[in-house]
Formats: sequence, C-alpha cells, structure tokens
Amino acid sequence: MPAAPRRLPAARQRHRALWFWAFVGPFAAGLALFTYVPLAWSVYLSFFDAHNTVSPTEFVRLDNYATLLADASFRSSLVTFAVFSAFIVPATYALSLGLALAVNRLRAGRAFFRSVFFLPTACSYVVAATVWKLSVFNGVRFGLANTVLGWFGAEPVAWLASTDPPWYWLVIITVRLWLQAGFYMVLFLAGLQRIPPRLYEAAALDGARPGWQTFRHITFPALRSTSVAVVLLLIINAFQAFDEFYNLLSDQRGYPPYARPPLVHLYYLALGQGQDLGLGSAGAVLLALIIAVVTVVQARWSGLGRRED
Amino acid sequence: MDDALVRTGRALRLMLLTALAVLFLIPFYLLVRGGLASEEEITAPGWTLFPAGPHWSNVRELFTDPDVPMARALLNSSLIAVATTLGTLLLASLAGYGLARIPYRHADAVFYAILGTLLVPAAVTFVPSFVLVSSLGWVSSLRGLIVPTLFSAFACFVFRQYFLGFPRELEDAAQVDGLGYWRTYWRVVVPNSRPVFAAVGTIVFIGAWNAFLWPLVIGQGRDSWTVQVALSTFTTAQTVQIHELFVAAAVSILPLLLVFLLLQRYIVAGVERSGIDD
Repeated sequence: MPAAPRRLPAARQRHRALWFWAFVGPFAAGLALFTYVPLAWSVYLSFFDAHNTVSPTEFVRLDNYATLLADASFRSSLVTFAVFSAFIVPATYALSLGLALAVNRLRAGRAFFRSVFFLPTACSYVVAATVWKLSVFNGVRFGLANTVLGWFGAEPVAWLASTDPPWYWLVIITVRLWLQAGFYMVLFLAGLQRIPPRLYEAAALDGARPGWQTFRHITFPALRSTSVAVVLLLIINAFQAFDEFYNLLSDQRGYPPYARPPLVHLYYLALGQGQDLGLGSAGAVLLALIIAVVTVVQARWSGLGRRED
Repeated sequence: MDDALVRTGRALRLMLLTALAVLFLIPFYLLVRGGLASEEEITAPGWTLFPAGPHWSNVRELFTDPDVPMARALLNSSLIAVATTLGTLLLASLAGYGLARIPYRHADAVFYAILGTLLVPAAVTFVPSFVLVSSLGWVSSLRGLIVPTLFSAFACFVFRQYFLGFPRELEDAAQVDGLGYWRTYWRVVVPNSRPVFAAVGTIVFIGAWNAFLWPLVIGQGRDSWTVQVALSTFTTAQTVQIHELFVAAAVSILPLLLVFLLLQRYIVAGVERSGIDD
C-alpha cells in the first residue's frame, strides 16, 4: 500500500485505528452488549437467589449450581440431548451424504433434485411441527401414518403420547431430519465439487473399481474437512434443540415429563411460574460451558482449522 | 455386461431419488391439502387425495377470525425480518471489512473476541439475554425482538473471509484516486460484492422469519407475536380448528417459498460459505 510520505507514522497509526473502530466499533459494541454483558450478568446472577428479579440481594454462593446438579430432571435433560444427538447426528450425516453422492452423479435433473431436497430449509420448525403433529403423526385414525397402518390392518398408534415404546422419538427425529438434510446435502455437494478429477483418474489407473472402493479410498477421505464441519454443526444444533420439542409435545396441559432437552428444561425453569432467574442463569452458564467444551474438544480432536491438502 | 450393470445402477439410483423426492414433498402436499379442506374432510376416515371443491374461503376465515391476529403477526414478522436483514448486512459487512483490510495493532484480539462468541450459541444464552432485554424495558416490543439479533458473529466472519479474498487492485486504484477507507468501501467494494450480500442476506432473512425461541421469550403480548409464535400458540393450545391452522401454516411459509425460489442460487452460495471448513 503506498504510504503518504509526509505523514508521521504515529499519526498514520492513529488514523488507521480511528477508521478501524469506525468500521468495527458499532458491531463490536453491540456484540459485547448483547453477548458478553448478558453472560457476565448471568454468571453474577447464578450466585444469588433471584426469583422474579434481576437485581437480587441474597448471595447464595454455589447453591444454585448444587441444586441443578442434584436435580434429576436437569440431568435427564442432558441424557435427552445425548439420546437425541445419538440418533439425529448419524441419521442426518448419512442421509445428506447419500443424497449429495446420488445427486452429484446425476446426468440430468440435478438442479431439480437439489431444489426438492433443499426446499424444507425454507420451512420453520413451527410449521413442520404443525404438519407432523396434526397430519403425519396425528394420533387419531385420520393421521397419515395411521391411515397407512390402517391399510395393513394395524391399529392406530398414539405417536406423541406413547412412552412405551417411545414412538415420540420417531416423530422428533424425522421432523428435524426432513428440515435439515437438504442443508447439509448442499454442504457435501460443495465439498464434492472441490475434489480434483485427477484423483479419480489416478484411482481408476490403479485399478480401483468405481463405487464402494472409490468412495472408501478417494471420496470419503477427500470430504474429511466437510465431514468434520457437518458433525460439529449437527451437534451444536442438536444441543440447541427447542422448537420442535416444544411445538410437538407441549399442549394446553403443559409439557409432558419426558423428552425435555436442555433448552426446554431451562425455558420452564427460568421463565415458567417460578421465574427463578438465579437458577436459570446457573443453568445457562452450565450449558454454555458444556457446549463450549464440546466444540473445542471436537475441533481439537478432529483437527478443525488445520490446513490439509 | 459391465455396461448393462452401470445402466441398471443408474436407473435404480434415479428411482430411489424419485421416491425420496416424493417423500420430501409430502409435507408440502399435506399443508395445501389441509389448508384447502373443510374440517369434516380432514377428520373423515379414509384418505381423500385432495379436497373436493377447494375451500378458498379458509383464507378469508383465517384473516377475519378475531381470535387469530394473523395479519398483525405477518406484519411483525415482515418488519423484523427486513430490519434484521438490513441491519445485519450493514453492521457485519462494515466490521468484516475493517477486520480484513484496515491494519490495526489489536485487530487480531478483536477478531478472536468476536469469533469466541461463536462458541456459545445465542440460543443457549436466552436466559441472560432475556434478563438484559427486560431490564432495558424492551419486552413485548419490536426493539427487543430486533436489536439483540443484529450482531451476528457468523455474518461478520463470512464477510471477513470474503473481503480477504477481494481483489486488492480495485481498492488500490480507488486510493490512488484519493478515496479514503470509507468512500472506497461504499463506491468500490460494496458495488462489486453484490453476490455475497445477497447470499448472507437471504440466509439471515430466512433465519429471522423462522426464528422461534427468542420471539417466544420476548414477544409476550399478543401485539408483538410473530407468525411463528402465533402459529405455535394455536398448535400447542389447540384452540383453533385444524383447517385454519393449516391455512395459517401455509400462509406463513408463502413469503419464504417465494424468496427461496427466486433467490435459490444465492442461498446455496450462502450455505456453501457457511461451511466453516476452510
């Protein structure tokens, strides 16, 4: 960059610092105000008894944390998350990768199929949950799944209300699978486009048969960085699951005692009847810590950000 | 023989994809079917493929039902989505440009402070954010729904990565012409970066329109309900008839489907950029 010869270095540095903050300042200030301040505030609140108030006086040390960790329902919300991600992460990974591989090899109609699978991304969880709850998996006879079961002479199933077997998991998993598979398919398609054709040519020369062998030794390793990013995003998003659980399971009587992921638990804890903001803040701090640790560990473990060629 | 095998494989793949495509489209079909049916048709035993004589009056019924503030919710959602999109684009692109192009001693520290917020997703901190917004007195107001969501570290990150790869020659030429950072940005950089603005903008718009948890927490009064909150209230409370719920759901995704079909290539580009794999 051509330097202005007469300007002093110090003045130039000040000039640059000024412009840097003119560009970055508004954003950085807002982010600090709406992310760091609330986090700090809630760390503070988490040490107090704060029912219905944000300026509490009664310092309770680590009581809120102790209460939470001793609370079976908080622990079971973490188990719910673990079960949920044990299903949704592999299912979405396999489906979106499979779709991407199949769509990528199409000769005609690639744009059409990509659009169809991507279309659910436009849907909100609320809309999808409405369709799933009232139509696909409606527990009465006229629901789509029960209609199909009826053709085979089976009895209707109360999908969302039955805990033994826990059919509600089928409803919860499929709604998210439908909503997000197309999004990750697009990520995989982008990854597939970046694989240099010469790799396949070399593999063919070495006698690798197209299909499983090529996938196993060329495609899958070449998609490594995409895979790592996809799995990370899937876990982070599963941890934040709220919309479909809330809209599928809660009704005028409230939320059933089962299938409460962490954010649903936190929602009722902090904003329910008790409005226990001290306990809610402690919960938020714990969850933030958990997800930050999970992210860092997973990124470290899989070498995210490490350049590879 | 190999040829025949390849052709069979290709045909099988096409059949499988077609079957999956039909499965993926079924929910949209169910929305339209439910939205245009009468209540009796929906709850009738036996499946009718499509309602006899589509009940377009369902739409009028939805907008005239005094118990369902759908028009107001659509207005709120539109205002929120447009304001969030414009605000995010402005703030995040400026910040991204400053981080990418203006040499400053502490730029790295600022960048890592911004990146660090990506470690803690916004949804996880909704309780602290609610505490802050309620002490500002912004509960049940559009301000409370819009302002806290304007500062997207993700958008800032995407813009920074993009501007790092922006051709420097263009900016150098502008600076030779005597333009400072500010005018270079507006006259040279922005006009030559429309695709990335479109990509980030569509992603932010979709996210804002479909957002649920934050509007549920903040939009407590009926007048501040967004489309998603309104729909959810009727779905979970089951105070509204099913056919009306389906019309409401269909109406709520209509604007997005339009945006989606018109701008799909930008959205795909935006999703590809959001892959944090480089």
